[in-house]
Amino acid sequence: MNLLVCISKTPDTTAKISFKADDTEYNSDGVTFILNPYDEWYALVRAIELTEQNGGNVTVINVGPATNDIIIRKALAIGANDAVRIDTDASDAFTVASNIANYAKTKNFDIIFLGKETIDYNGSEVGAMIAELMDLPYVSYASKLDVQSALSTVTREIEGGEEVCQVEGSFVLSAAKGMAEQRIPNMKGIMMAKNKPLEVIAPMSGDVRVSTQKFVLPPAKSGVKLIDAENMDELVRLLHEEAKVI
Amino acid sequence: MSVLIYIENPNGHIKKSGFEVATYGAKLASSMGTNAIGLILGSATNAGDLGKCGLSKVLQANGLPTNEFDAQSYSHVIAQIAKDHQANVVILSNTANGKALTGRLAIKMEAGSVSGANALPDLSDGFSVTKSVYSGKAIVKYKINTKNKVISVMGNSLQPDMSGQAIDVEQITVTAPTTKLKVLERKTSDGIVPLPEAELVVSAGRGMKGPENWGIIEELATALGATTACSRPVADADWRPHHEHVGQTGVAIRPNLYIAAGISGAIQHLAGVNNSKVIVVINKDPEAPFFKAADYGVVGDLFEVVPRLTAAVKKFKHA
Ligand SMILES: Cc1cc2nc3c(=O)[nH]c(=O)nc-3n(C[C@H](O)[C@H](O)[C@H](O)COP(=O)(O)OP(=O)(O)OC[C@H]3O[C@@H](n4cnc5c(N)ncnc54)[C@H](O)[C@@H]3O)c2cc1C
Repeated sequence: MNLLVCISKTPDTTAKISFKADDTEYNSDGVTFILNPYDEWYALVRAIELTEQNGGNVTVINVGPATNDIIIRKALAIGANDAVRIDTDASDAFTVASNIANYAKTKNFDIIFLGKETIDYNGSEVGAMIAELMDLPYVSYASKLDVQSALSTVTREIEGGEEVCQVEGSFVLSAAKGMAEQRIPNMKGIMMAKNKPLEVIAPMSGDVRVSTQKFVLPPAKSGVKLIDAENMDELVRLLHEEAKVI
Repeated sequence: MSVLIYIENPNGHIKKSGFEVATYGAKLASSMGTNAIGLILGSATNAGDLGKCGLSKVLQANGLPTNEFDAQSYSHVIAQIAKDHQANVVILSNTANGKALTGRLAIKMEAGSVSGANALPDLSDGFSVTKSVYSGKAIVKYKINTKNKVISVMGNSLQPDMSGQAIDVEQITVTAPTTKLKVLERKTSDGIVPLPEAELVVSAGRGMKGPENWGIIEELATALGATTACSRPVADADWRPHHEHVGQTGVAIRPNLYIAAGISGAIQHLAGVNNSKVIVVINKDPEAPFFKAADYGVVGDLFEVVPRLTAAVKKFKHA
């Protein structure tokens, strides 16, 4: 099996969110970056499991600058075989998707994996775009995947439930919880990762379709109103009369 | 020029989120000085009501297998209809299916796209759309630079406005492209509002001690007509199903009311729920971080407080 896993770099889940350059850029001072959890825990690990069972190769791909190599090495330490980095800023979803699709078109991947979204932009768009650019089916929010030669059975999340689907041939998949269990890289994996191939390729040119104008922080809460634990009638009254939510 | 709104009709019925996007599209079209056209794929018992949201036309496209969602064939049909009606803006719901379509449509239409818009676009300087980013910890304003635009709208971002006239649904026939994806089975919990659409949510965490104690949470949820949710360790331990897990690595929600019992309020949990309009926290530890993000707090033992709250809700509903 020839598998591609798209990975991205995001601020750690506990990172402070603040902005600079007149609130147009994320302030990364002192922030630890991680491999996006959905890409790491679910997409990457399931791809590795499949090649462990059936043989094959897992390539990870990232669109970003050289400072992203640290998360690429982590993916290699977890068990990916080789890596590609497309050397450009991930300005918008289209930039990322068009560069990945451009690379993937030449390589005959059986399945292209992504996490269901990144925890910074929460866009969930790149997978759909790659699928469209390559004219492939797309199964998003997948929580289970079994592959039988050219036929894959995928469980995907829908509002309030799930669906089991069958896909023929190559496709793009975005992975959600349930797909696999997180793997912590061991010492051997970390050592081996240093010597695994990481190919850096030049980006294709394209225009930025969506640009960031400004970030704002959500309005702070004005402070909690404490209610006596004995007096739940009062809480109900406040929810009805003051908050007007019931 | 026009605005095309794709409205989902799961099981032949349009839900509140469908009327939200219809309203969103109609309001956007009117500020752009153009027409709003609603589109459903297959029938819906309440399709006639869509006109009340201010749409000038409602199309029902027949010919695609309904309840067999395939992003590839659905996006093909929607893009074709957008072209036929010279739509340069397409609006969708930011549901699981809506997200799978947004990126595909953006490519087909050479459009800039934003998924999860939380308010109507700002047209004062070009075309800008806001959405929540960093898992609810910030809001970004994006500018779409292209002529064509695709926007999926987060649930509960605006109230459906159904003050207009019902209109007739126009039938059209489309040819379904061949599909490589088949839906074999579909499991949904009937009668319960799915979490992303829920207006009222009752959630509980590790403070519950074990799955056998969830009866009091379900009773409160039933009394309120709310949907239940949980923290991540609760889902990880299989005390509750995965789809109830809210937070940074679970479902992000924005209900009108979020009641959290026995949840400490870790930053990753808050990330998925802090867009809720009103937050009530029940925790025995007055130092629990969740109180800082709450509107109302009750310091006490949830095993006493929750049943007491349920009784108070029932009393209120019967009054
Ligand atoms: C990368 C990453 C991603 C994560 N993503 C998520 C996520 O998406 N969602 C999420 O929820 N978590 C997430 N977490 C985990 C998060 O950090 C917390 O560990 C988790 O939210 C804690 O769950 P809890 O509040 O249920 O449990 P605890 O933190 O153990 O809190 C239990 C609370 O119950 C209270 N309590 C106990 N008994 C009672 C009683 N009888 N009456 C009243 N109160 C009582 C305690 O005072 C305590 O505050 C993530 C962590 C990481 C590292």
